[in-house]
Amino acid sequence: MKKFDLLITGVGGQGVILASDIIGEAALAAGYDVKKTDTLGMAQRGGSVVSHVRIGQRVWSPLIKEGEVDILVAFEKLEATRWGHYLRSGAIAIVNSHALPPLSVVLGNERYPTDEEIADSLGQWADRIYFIDGTSRTRKFGDVRTLNMFMLGCASLFLPLKVHVWKDSISQRVSSTMRQMNIAAFNLGRKEIRGVRI
Amino acid sequence: MNVVKLLSGNEALALGAYHAGAGIATAYPGTPSTEILEFIARFDDVYAEWSTNEKVAMEVALGAAYAGTRSLVSMKHVGLNVASDPFMAAATTGVNTGMVVVSADDPGIHSSQNEQDNRHYAKLAKVPMLEPSDSQEAYELMAYAFDISERFHTPVLVRTTTRISHSKSVVKVNRSRVVPVSQAGFQRDVEKYVMLPVCARLRRPLIEERLVKLAAYAETFPLNQVEWGELHLGVVTSGVAYQYAREVFPEASFLKLTMTYPLPRNLIRHFAAQVDRVIVIEELDPFLQENIQAMGIKVTGKEFIPRVGELNVGIIGEASGTAGLVAETLPQHKLDIALTLPKRPPLLCPGCPHTGIFFVLSSMGQRSKPPKAKGKAPKEPKLIITGDIGCYTLGAYPPLNAMDTCACMGASIGQALGMEKAGISDKVVAVIGDSTFLHSGITPLVNAVYNEGQITVIILDNRTTAMTGHQDHPGTGISAQGKETKAVELEHLVRGMGISDVNVVDAFNIEGIRTVVKNSLDSPELSVIIVRGACSVQVTKPSEPRAVDTEKCNGCGICLLLGCPAIQSEDEQVYIDTALCAGSACTICQQVCPRQAVVPKSKIKAAKSQ
Ligand SMILES: Cc1ncc(C[n+]2csc(CCOP(=O)(O)OP(=O)(O)O)c2C)c(N)n1
Repeated sequence: MKKFDLLITGVGGQGVILASDIIGEAALAAGYDVKKTDTLGMAQRGGSVVSHVRIGQRVWSPLIKEGEVDILVAFEKLEATRWGHYLRSGAIAIVNSHALPPLSVVLGNERYPTDEEIADSLGQWADRIYFIDGTSRTRKFGDVRTLNMFMLGCASLFLPLKVHVWKDSISQRVSSTMRQMNIAAFNLGRKEIRGVRI
Repeated sequence: MNVVKLLSGNEALALGAYHAGAGIATAYPGTPSTEILEFIARFDDVYAEWSTNEKVAMEVALGAAYAGTRSLVSMKHVGLNVASDPFMAAATTGVNTGMVVVSADDPGIHSSQNEQDNRHYAKLAKVPMLEPSDSQEAYELMAYAFDISERFHTPVLVRTTTRISHSKSVVKVNRSRVVPVSQAGFQRDVEKYVMLPVCARLRRPLIEERLVKLAAYAETFPLNQVEWGELHLGVVTSGVAYQYAREVFPEASFLKLTMTYPLPRNLIRHFAAQVDRVIVIEELDPFLQENIQAMGIKVTGKEFIPRVGELNVGIIGEASGTAGLVAETLPQHKLDIALTLPKRPPLLCPGCPHTGIFFVLSSMGQRSKPPKAKGKAPKEPKLIITGDIGCYTLGAYPPLNAMDTCACMGASIGQALGMEKAGISDKVVAVIGDSTFLHSGITPLVNAVYNEGQITVIILDNRTTAMTGHQDHPGTGISAQGKETKAVELEHLVRGMGISDVNVVDAFNIEGIRTVVKNSLDSPELSVIIVRGACSVQVTKPSEPRAVDTEKCNGCGICLLLGCPAIQSEDEQVYIDTALCAGSACTICQQVCPRQAVVPKSKIKAAKSQ
């Protein structure tokens, strides 16, 4: 049984924690040992959020060691860069290319990194970086809360879990009225990454 | 029953307590403990309450345990400071049925005002302590905790940490709820329950005897586990540190302690005698280490493991490398591209009812200036604003910069009075949230009445405990289990104290706020201002977003001083993110714009289509 260490990052309110819960529950359903841990508390108020998900035969520490992340799923590209040093060499990074500039940038006190800087920074470790504008792609659903399911769909192609396991886990965690839309966003994410995957 | 679930440590603690037959659960919210009560409150056959503060929560739980019902009380680490008086009392009187006290510590200060190691409380109160190292153990140890409590007539301290409480791991749920045949009713027993000095003196030696019996029990406690590996290194550890240490020393022998007070001395001696070298890996203070050293056993730990902050595999690995315990690993690759990233601190939400009052305090206190005025020298700040703990503490951050102190819950009012009495001539302003006021702001306000304080107290009444995830409190009229109940009216409460200068103002009316604050600062009396407005996260009514009329906007940047996340700028032009804007429920930016350039979104569309 292979081990997978995933880091899910984003901004408070983007649904990082629900996404990482679903990964954990799907992996458990598929017979893996799972541990996951999030930052909560102050970070909820639009601050940066990070969630560690570890799956394998037997997991000890809930936190992933720096330099050992296999897959980074970032809901915002600045937040991808912030945690880049957690990646192992050869890691995969899936990054929503839509920027959410923090207040200090809006006020003109700090500078948002350029796309080139972000790619260079992540490229120090990641073998493959997928920049996908998940925010625009999911706009047609009319609900920003579908971004996390879209990103989950992207990530799902890199994990050895069956599609029905993913869909079951999603269905258990979202209300029945939102199920269809969330599954559609998940499917769209899978399709997108298939399209760009080399 | 046998199911496998992914549960957080807090959920597992609550489920464990439920299955162990807890009938009453009390708490005051506080990260990382809050979900324990939220989880157990869902069961109809448990009475669960949000108490006004941790001291009250402890007292309610103690009363229940005197009267024949197993009780659970949970709080964050600093909550136990507040509840330490009844906690010590509970340790002295003992209980009738089981009472379990959960303290959730926060190593690394993820969401707290300090870092402290509450394991010392077990030693101080001379009560047994259990610590889980994952959710499975959190679930299992609750049954033991209640049994120990009843067997030894003592409250039991369960100590968890952020990383245990907020991590999810796999739990085999193999029990269902069993409520012990209750010893219902209260048996009058003056020597046990009435702590007159003469009775307390009688209890005192019993506490020491209890501790000796507990130490003997600790030797047989099944969740203290030895895992033999190679014998050159023996690791004594507990809590989440165990998980990290297993990765750093995969070959070593382990003594994992789940009961960490009193310690199983023979077990530790036996373990230490089998291995060449003993080390202790623990988070925060050298609690296990010093207790083991006091037994005359040679151990090291805090000589190389940090005392400050949260541990992890990397930190323990590096420290152990330096200490020669593992092959020294080079620190993992560090960022080599010199890229300083903008920080992303938490912010008050769009439509937050705290924004308006802090904007007024910020401008009256000359705390910030618009981006355009960058070159100008900063003005001398005016006003002293003592602060408190809640979402509104974010008012201390730029651009608002409108809070000068924040110590512990309820401190703002006493501090303001102290400053006044120290000779500060301008009227000092204390700012405190509604939940915090009910938690520990009432007594200092009574104190200010009695001692003729001339301060301004601003109560931020957003009708919820927002910071910790929107729990109800005595002012909301809804119980922890979602039932309608009486609501305490803040204005009646403060008038009842004898304060006559009391004003209630709408949180979204800037002019109104400015007027009452100004009047209050000019008045020589003790004044209370209640700023009322619902937390935007809880407002579900649809409302029309605002937009910037770019023809009127001259880019002065005043609106940016609100720190509203919906107000952004691109290429020097301010715009409002419609998806984030709280719209007609708020309109604060519209009110502060000197050029009336912020308007309802439909106005702009209408103008364009003409
Ligand atoms: C003794 C203690 N208990 C609990 C907490 C956790 N805590 C911090 S602020 C707060 C309450 C905030 O509610 P309120 O005062 O209504 O302000 P809001 O967040 O709603 O703005 C709580 C429970 C704490 N810091 N200290």
